[in-house]
Amino acid sequence: MQLPTPLSRRATSNGHGEDSPYFDGWKAYDRNPYHPHKNPSGVIQMGLAENQLSFDLIEKWVREHPESSICTQEGIAGFKETANYQDYHGLPKFREGITSFMEEVGGGKAKFDKDRIVLTAGATAAHEVLTFCVANPGEAFLIPSPYYPGFDRDLKWRTGVELIPVVCSSSNNFQVSVSALEEAYTEAKCRKVKVKGILITNPSNPLGTTMDEKTLRSILHFATEKKIHLICDEIYAGSVFLGPRFVSIAEVVQSQIERDHVHIVYSLSKDMGLPGFRVGAIYSYNNKVVMAARRMSSFCMVSSQTQYLLGKMLSDRLFVREYIKENKKRLQEAHSVFVQGLCEVGIKCLANSNVGLFCWVDLRHLLHKDSELALWKIIIEEIGLNVSPGLSCHCKEEGWFRFCFANMTPTTMQESLTRIKRLIERRSKVSTISRSSALTFHTTRPKNLSLSIDRAPIANMSCLNSPCIQIASKCYLNSPCTPVTPMYCFNSPHTPITSM
Amino acid sequence: MATCSLHGEDSPYFAGWEEYRNNPYDVKLNPSGVIQMGLAENTLSFGVMEDWLIKHPEATITSEQSLGLFKDLALYQDYHGLSDYRKAMASFMEAMRGNRVKFDPDRIVNAAGSTAANEVLMFCLADPGDVFLVPSPYYPGFDRDLRWRTGVEIEPIHCYSSNNFQITKSAVESAFKRAKDQKKQVKGILITNPCNPLGTISSADTLKMLLAFANKKKIHLVCDEIYSGSVFSSPEFHSIAEIVAQENYSPDNVHIVYSLSKDMGLPGFRVGTIYSYNDTVVMAARRMSSFTMISTKTQHLLSTMLSDPEFVNYYIAENKKRLEERHRLIVSGFEQAGIKQLEGNAGLFCWVNMSHLLPSNDIEGELKLWKGILYKAKLNISPGSSFKCMEPGWFRVCFSEMTISTMKVALERLQRFVKQNKVMTH
Repeated sequence: MQLPTPLSRRATSNGHGEDSPYFDGWKAYDRNPYHPHKNPSGVIQMGLAENQLSFDLIEKWVREHPESSICTQEGIAGFKETANYQDYHGLPKFREGITSFMEEVGGGKAKFDKDRIVLTAGATAAHEVLTFCVANPGEAFLIPSPYYPGFDRDLKWRTGVELIPVVCSSSNNFQVSVSALEEAYTEAKCRKVKVKGILITNPSNPLGTTMDEKTLRSILHFATEKKIHLICDEIYAGSVFLGPRFVSIAEVVQSQIERDHVHIVYSLSKDMGLPGFRVGAIYSYNNKVVMAARRMSSFCMVSSQTQYLLGKMLSDRLFVREYIKENKKRLQEAHSVFVQGLCEVGIKCLANSNVGLFCWVDLRHLLHKDSELALWKIIIEEIGLNVSPGLSCHCKEEGWFRFCFANMTPTTMQESLTRIKRLIERRSKVSTISRSSALTFHTTRPKNLSLSIDRAPIANMSCLNSPCIQIASKCYLNSPCTPVTPMYCFNSPHTPITSM
Repeated sequence: MATCSLHGEDSPYFAGWEEYRNNPYDVKLNPSGVIQMGLAENTLSFGVMEDWLIKHPEATITSEQSLGLFKDLALYQDYHGLSDYRKAMASFMEAMRGNRVKFDPDRIVNAAGSTAANEVLMFCLADPGDVFLVPSPYYPGFDRDLRWRTGVEIEPIHCYSSNNFQITKSAVESAFKRAKDQKKQVKGILITNPCNPLGTISSADTLKMLLAFANKKKIHLVCDEIYSGSVFSSPEFHSIAEIVAQENYSPDNVHIVYSLSKDMGLPGFRVGTIYSYNDTVVMAARRMSSFTMISTKTQHLLSTMLSDPEFVNYYIAENKKRLEERHRLIVSGFEQAGIKQLEGNAGLFCWVNMSHLLPSNDIEGELKLWKGILYKAKLNISPGSSFKCMEPGWFRVCFSEMTISTMKVALERLQRFVKQNKVMTH
């Protein structure tokens, strides 16, 4: 038998990230996708952060502006020049449009210079290009965890750069602390790995929260002090539907002189729901990075046909403002229905959940003796929901899951909430079995339960709505919820309420 | 990586681009400006596409007929690409090869242009420090595309005018040995067929020789066939796909790169294709294509256009006809100036021999001549040294991105320059 012709290490490694067990969720959905009529028992996709709520607005604009396409009678005069245009600077009108859109989603608090924008085919490409520009193979970025799983491929695979998590915990709602940054930086130093930058996602995926200005400034200060880069992925900037308001790093560095270590990544994939069109951007305050990234963008340019359409659309400022406003309204409505539905069955999202296409949901109380992976498999296989387990996002605490809500109709949302209710019912039966053995040896307040997982307790909480004994210090449920439904403070010696 | 010069833009040849950018020819507004003859672009057949587009509003997702598709396409970010698009691309590639060979749409991997396609293939086939053998003269962009971010190195396979720059087995073996002597690992050969800058095609025998060499050394053979639809006269073009079809086994080391940037004149749309006979490469390349995907709007447009066999056949034939006409004009114009071209039958350019006009028979002489043509005749053509040609005096002249009247002006200027230059050198 002939030996195969050798391939590269990159081709044969698993740097693409698809060997992860979490792909089982995708496979389960692909095999058996939910449809309200054709397949009502199929798997509902809640693992894909897509914005499907506002297409009608874009479709209406497109219908009313046939000249925005170079393929229509009205727009054909633009065909030749556009089809031939391969300058990596991008069509001027498109670059201007992206610039003004970024200003709009930043609430007009920061100005962007269109000559600092580098266009790329999606944020995936933007991240990789930036990484190639600011780091060498073997060097590292610090990255607050939990983080978007795609970064493992986007930032590391072909670049050879490492990611060192900055561990964030539920004890302070997963906010990034300077001490966590220091810890990660020190870890890198001990391993003799050179740290080249910090990458944050603000608004955060998977948390669905915005970062406050104080935290942003402290991260910026840390990066400046250590003389490393700060990359801010602001891909969800236009999807903030509740307070606190979004603060772009551009706003923070506006009046700063020393900022050539700051770079922003943006895209229209989330705020406008156009991932298929491949529209990403790098914004850098560093002239050398702008130049190098622009040259590198030859490998990942945005189709000029798409640039032409979106250049016209984004220069319609009235449309852009109305779109952003209406889109946020719809996101908030969907979010509100979803969160309320969760609350009714005693499930909480992360506090201050105010942005994005998903919620970061606390299911720790449903784990009982199972691992997060085991619970996740139950959710996919028995309940029929594809959600993202926290471990896939490098969360250090088990039991958190990301649920996407903006990619479904209200009917599908109701169905998913019904299934979540079913999950609670099933888990309550499990807990009845496991608790009887747990309770026998927990006559006094245990420090750690039978669960082997190290849990970060929330200080000074009590389950106000349940008849449990108020615990002075520790309870593993989030803040009090309404309405009254059975709760399980499995770490406390109170009598459980009968199952639903 | 950001600070090295592998992006290639510090090259002295950029002076030509700068000169053109600062002083571009326009028949009315700037009749004494620089005429661009250094850019291999095809603007001859846009009218054919425009006519089709007006009659087929369903090709654009912004029309009433297909607005219903808008949402699905806007959301679709699967790196497999639209299956209709891949089928259409496969059938277009077959049509260009006279339907002498079949392409499997499931072996097609999308990339945003052949620049990206070539780079992705390098990432899949070679590690940093490994070598690819590339026949010279070759497209200057390869220095960036194959090397910059991949860390792969190029070892030229030197070709000479003595045999019309054809690739010989001894030249390939010499290049291989040179790499080995430097203790480098050769991972493959990359050829462009039809060839840029030569404007010629590789014979079936040459392709067989290269495949046999690659098999013997257990290395890859990448064929960039970006000009496969631009072969306007004989001899007939043979794709490596045809050679493979004749073999009795399925190779794991043959890969084809294609794009619509040249044959259809759509460089702005960023439409590149990798076609690999190796399943692992297809899978790895497809995953890597996440970094360089084609806009679904564009995929939809092209899948509609390229699945219309009447359009495809008409376009291919008409485009070839227009290329042939321009080629004939420019060759005749150069001959009147006493300049011979390499007998070419493909691509968007001629490879011409101006060695008899060199002030000195070396690279300095070639650059002097080039600058003379640029600054005095105001023609931006590409000197052979920018393509790593081993013999001074050869130039690439593009002919497909100008009107006939502009071409006549260019030829008049050239003839005038040659007359004056001859007077000077005598």
